[in-house]
Amino acid sequence: MPANRFNGFTEYGVGIGLRIPHYQHIFEQKPVVDWFEIISENYMVDGGRPLYILDQILDQYRVVQHGVSLYLGSAERLNREHLRRLKELVRRTKTPWLTDHLCWGSVDGRYTHDLLPMPYTFEAARVTAEKIRHVQDFLEIPIAVENVSSYAEFHVSEMTEWEFLVEVVEQADCGILLDVNNIYVSSRNHGFDALEYVNSIPAERVAQIHIAGHSKFQKYTLDTHDHPVIEPVWQLYKRSIERCGSTATLLEWDDNIPSFEEVHREALKANCFLDQQHESAGIRPISTVVSQPGAM
Amino acid sequence: MTSQLLQLQRRMATAVMEPLTRQETTRKIRRDGAVMAREASVFIKPNASLTSLERLEIYNKQYWFRLYSSLEDDFPGLLAVLGRRTFERVMRCYLDTYPSTSFTLRDLGSKLLMYLSSHEALTGGKSKLVLDVVGLEWAHIEAYDAATFPAPEPKYFAGITDDSLLRLQPSVRLLELSYPVDDLLISIRQSIGSSDTSSNNASVTRKSSTIRYVGKISPTNLWLAVHRQEFAVYYKRLRPEEYRMLCGIQAGLPLGEVFGTAFQGSTMDEASQADLLQEAFHQWAVLGWLCAPE
Repeated sequence: MPANRFNGFTEYGVGIGLRIPHYQHIFEQKPVVDWFEIISENYMVDGGRPLYILDQILDQYRVVQHGVSLYLGSAERLNREHLRRLKELVRRTKTPWLTDHLCWGSVDGRYTHDLLPMPYTFEAARVTAEKIRHVQDFLEIPIAVENVSSYAEFHVSEMTEWEFLVEVVEQADCGILLDVNNIYVSSRNHGFDALEYVNSIPAERVAQIHIAGHSKFQKYTLDTHDHPVIEPVWQLYKRSIERCGSTATLLEWDDNIPSFEEVHREALKANCFLDQQHESAGIRPISTVVSQPGAM
Repeated sequence: MTSQLLQLQRRMATAVMEPLTRQETTRKIRRDGAVMAREASVFIKPNASLTSLERLEIYNKQYWFRLYSSLEDDFPGLLAVLGRRTFERVMRCYLDTYPSTSFTLRDLGSKLLMYLSSHEALTGGKSKLVLDVVGLEWAHIEAYDAATFPAPEPKYFAGITDDSLLRLQPSVRLLELSYPVDDLLISIRQSIGSSDTSSNNASVTRKSSTIRYVGKISPTNLWLAVHRQEFAVYYKRLRPEEYRMLCGIQAGLPLGEVFGTAFQGSTMDEASQADLLQEAFHQWAVLGWLCAPE
């Protein structure tokens, strides 16, 4: 199950996001990392340092592209220039699958640069699925959509978030980037059962999993990617792995970024769950567990 | 017929992009007269902890803070010249007139020079300095990630005539300035370092950089090339004749015209002109500024 048609039949292990503060460490120390996730938009340029850095990374590591502004849920048409540049980058990175968010962020040609929540309606599911199909056809690689953290719900919604996600991915016949931290954050903000969400996901469509930290404020929880992963999120991850199998996993850390070693160590905690999964499947564990979540 | 999805997205985008108050909260009354609490309650559900307006406010703040932060990263010189309060007022007006129309935040400041050129009152007595700073900062962004094309073969130079054409690399940007803003930006950029670009995390708190305020700067006419070497951006001062020649090449003029324009009104004697030509072309070739015509 982990290697499936939605992640190009790959088994990528545990990766981390490629971030500027870590460049020097990566190029000098050449650490062993299963894979790096890049933010596509940071490399959709004509030349210069961003592409030079990317090419050096591609010489030594496997890379998967993650986008932040396709806005698959926007009612307006896809941006042709965006797609053209994205395809150029796909050819360069040879990413086996590509991810972006199940959200909207632009309307009438104006961009908010935010991941705005979808109204969970059948119309929105149809529009979004059509756009995902279009992107998959154009890019000629599998697409997986990520559930976002949200802070608002709409009166017009006709179903739960997970029902909407299933409706979209089945209509589009695409994969899921399951962000268990986002499920946790949204469950806190909207008062639903995060485990019910995880249990409702079509496991065979999960191409990749995201883990991350967040921040709790007095009245809401925010997806800040600036802390280690907390125990309840690890538990959601554990359940996801039980359902989906040993799936490509990535730790997001985007603010107050610590040293490369610290970020990588946090990501590798996922291996203890992946190893348990390997053992239960009768496969010899392939990783070295750095530390045990929940034992700190 | 407008779809329900489009209607909702237009409604929410209008609310999210409405400027914040001076206290950085969502306005009670929108500029079009709509009561924000009532408007939010029409499409956003409240929950046990937050009203519809408070939930909307999270997105309203995120929008402005993310865009301010991006513009601060891209225009640290302008921030230093204006100070934070004026900088944010100017940026609010700019984004209100020119909201982002690109999928990448890299392009957010692409119309700022044009906007400030036609709104000089916004920056008061500093408008000329401001235009120089913004022009240089935008040129820096463009030079940083522009494409690189192959240099002409050496034999191309051997066969050059008055009708020959050359091109400048897209990473070479030419500026005619009234203030020595190159020195200013070099010192500011050295003090702030570099930051990451797009990510997908949220924030409703301000991420503000430390500002280095700028004292009085005396005007000086100068001609500048912003260019890229080994993936870093540099500023090189030019003689006016060099600047004019490079502008001519950039405009696609045949070399005969380029030379004619460069020395128009110049008091330089012919021998000195020939020396300058030889020296300048040699230097541009070494720096990799020239590329073969298409």
